[in-house]
Amino acid sequence: MALPVYASPLERLWHYTYLVICALILIFLIAPIIIVIPLSFNAEPYFTFTQKMLTFDPEGYSLRWYDALLTFGMQNPEAERGSAFWWDFWHNATWMQVTKNSVIIGVCATLLSAGLGTIAALGLTRPEMPFRKQITAVLISPMIVPIIISATGMFFFYSGQWLPVLSLSGGVHLEWGRLAGTYAGIILAHAALGIPFVIITVTATLSGFDQSLVRAAASLGANPRTAFFRVVMPLILPGVVSGGLFAFVTSFDEVVAVLFIANHDQQTIPRQMWNGIREQISPAILAVATILVVISIALLATVELLRRRSERLRGLSPR
Amino acid sequence: MTDATSQMITTADGKPLKAALAASLAVRRRRAFLLVAPLFLFILISFIVPIGQMLFQSFYNDTFSKNAPALVEWFSTHPEGSEIDESAYAALAADLALMKKNRSAGEAGTRINYDVSGTRSLFTSTARGADKFQPPFKEAILKVEKKWDDPNVWRAMRSASSPFTLDFYLAANDLTRDETGKIVPVAEGQAIYKKLMGRTLMLSLEITALCLLLGFPIAFLLSSLPMRKAMLLMILVLLPFWTSLLVRTTAWMVLLQSQGVVNDLLVWLGLIRDDHRIQMMYNETGTIVAMTHILLPFTILPLYSVMKTIPPSYVRAARSLGATSWTAFRRVYLPQTLPGIGAGGLLVFILAMGYYITPALVGGADGQMISNMIAMHMQKTLNWSLAAALAAELLAIVLIFFWIYDKLVGIDKMKLG
Repeated sequence: MALPVYASPLERLWHYTYLVICALILIFLIAPIIIVIPLSFNAEPYFTFTQKMLTFDPEGYSLRWYDALLTFGMQNPEAERGSAFWWDFWHNATWMQVTKNSVIIGVCATLLSAGLGTIAALGLTRPEMPFRKQITAVLISPMIVPIIISATGMFFFYSGQWLPVLSLSGGVHLEWGRLAGTYAGIILAHAALGIPFVIITVTATLSGFDQSLVRAAASLGANPRTAFFRVVMPLILPGVVSGGLFAFVTSFDEVVAVLFIANHDQQTIPRQMWNGIREQISPAILAVATILVVISIALLATVELLRRRSERLRGLSPR
Repeated sequence: MTDATSQMITTADGKPLKAALAASLAVRRRRAFLLVAPLFLFILISFIVPIGQMLFQSFYNDTFSKNAPALVEWFSTHPEGSEIDESAYAALAADLALMKKNRSAGEAGTRINYDVSGTRSLFTSTARGADKFQPPFKEAILKVEKKWDDPNVWRAMRSASSPFTLDFYLAANDLTRDETGKIVPVAEGQAIYKKLMGRTLMLSLEITALCLLLGFPIAFLLSSLPMRKAMLLMILVLLPFWTSLLVRTTAWMVLLQSQGVVNDLLVWLGLIRDDHRIQMMYNETGTIVAMTHILLPFTILPLYSVMKTIPPSYVRAARSLGATSWTAFRRVYLPQTLPGIGAGGLLVFILAMGYYITPALVGGADGQMISNMIAMHMQKTLNWSLAAALAAELLAIVLIFFWIYDKLVGIDKMKLG
């Protein structure tokens, strides 16, 4: 924003003070996230910059915390880095296991919430939808209800023995099992928590959608299914994908529901970080944090690109 | 047929147009609803109903009443204030014997223990020899445990004899019943919940105020810059938004430690002495700083989207009419940003009220919020009914503010990113 030429000296002073204030706030926003990156390369077990780091002495930096991350939980961390080492890493390293869990749970929960959420958003944006407000409020509630209350409610629901499972012990018979402590349980719980984000982004995309395009497709002989997949879907896809990314991040970052529902086999990255922070915080946690920051930068870039593409497609952007 | 109906407009196949339109609308409504139905049912069954079940426990607890049928019977036939006589002790003896058989003395005792502490062991120890009691039961039971004489225990059992109870809401508000059954505040040292609820509200308000204070200048800057520059700066706002909550909390733990970067910087600048490092973590300061940072994007984004729609010509017009820049800002610009301030402030307040992870990690003793207390009763003390009562109060506050948000902003106007 430019200062008008007629600005008084006092206004000029205020303008520059204001810019400095803004710069400070932006530093407050971004510095904590950036600062963990160099600190994760610390050669010493400290959480601050050592003298050697400040003078950019290569000795002050090391990859030891990444190494600690890699080998944590492995059966034979001292082994030579050959195929046996990496086999051990893939099957036993704690952070590898939690990453696998996070990805499996995150992807399944995202597919579920993006699929169901998109279909629901299509219904919600129809003008003849009955009780739209009330139903939207219910669908958005997982975002509003405090997470501890959601997790407690889910704990009771998923610990209930009402899931029919085939038991093979002593002949085939039907048993009642619980969802808590299974992958399916966590996936369903995370899907519920991710749904508000899909609903919000997809309804926002659909609200700018020109319904006459569907009528045009119909007039050209497309049946409703063709019109949906060939006309509607390509146009709302950016919204669906960014809603899905929100849902994925929600699941990827979720710890309270996992604390309440999961057992030892379904620990995720945030759950493991939670352990690390609560018990003995070591700079290895900063190495995890750095990796996660890099992932979030990639996600942010994807969402931004999608948003621009969506605006260009809908002709909203002047650029 | 009257004259009016004969002139009614009909469709090609002879149906009245009104009916045909209504039928087609009904079909379309049903179709729209069917699209929403799967998700609606999923959320209803796996989210709304379980929370309802959980809250139900806040006024329904049958762990005593289902284990002590004889006492329940005795309490229902003997009104409050009647003497605890031999017949009452006979009922107690019968129930204790039943509890021994079902191994449920601990469960029933826990329920009474919520009201009168130290009574769980009273139940378990007395129930151990309960099948050998001979009349007169009063003497026999009092010989084993003298504490059964305590009117408080009997009062607690009377109140627990009905599974429906408001005791947990009383406890959640630091209230209890005295000997005569009157509702009185608990002893000074035990009153924690009201203070905690007050602190949660206070912290949320402070964080909301800080977020608005810090978010307003940034949103204003973003809205007044040309598109390309604004988009670049926007990335600085969105990156924290997309970064894991635990990463951001960890980052603040690292920064705020007494041997951390902020303290080191202050020492290096000479603002504080090396042996007087400031304790910024594991207290209220830690919670406020970390939560403000985490929630700041939630104020900036709604503020920005409102400010972008305010035409700059209004302020220019005010200036040309002789207003100083401050007056023009206060009287013309600021009122137009109120919808954004309302939306951002309410959203941050709602989210802050329910925060759990950040206070648990950086809050220490005096930076805890009501969610942490709910978690403690769920996981450690296992007093689920009290946890549910606290959760109900928290949920009520959050829903009231969500309702206000809906009235002011509209839930369908909620935006992300």
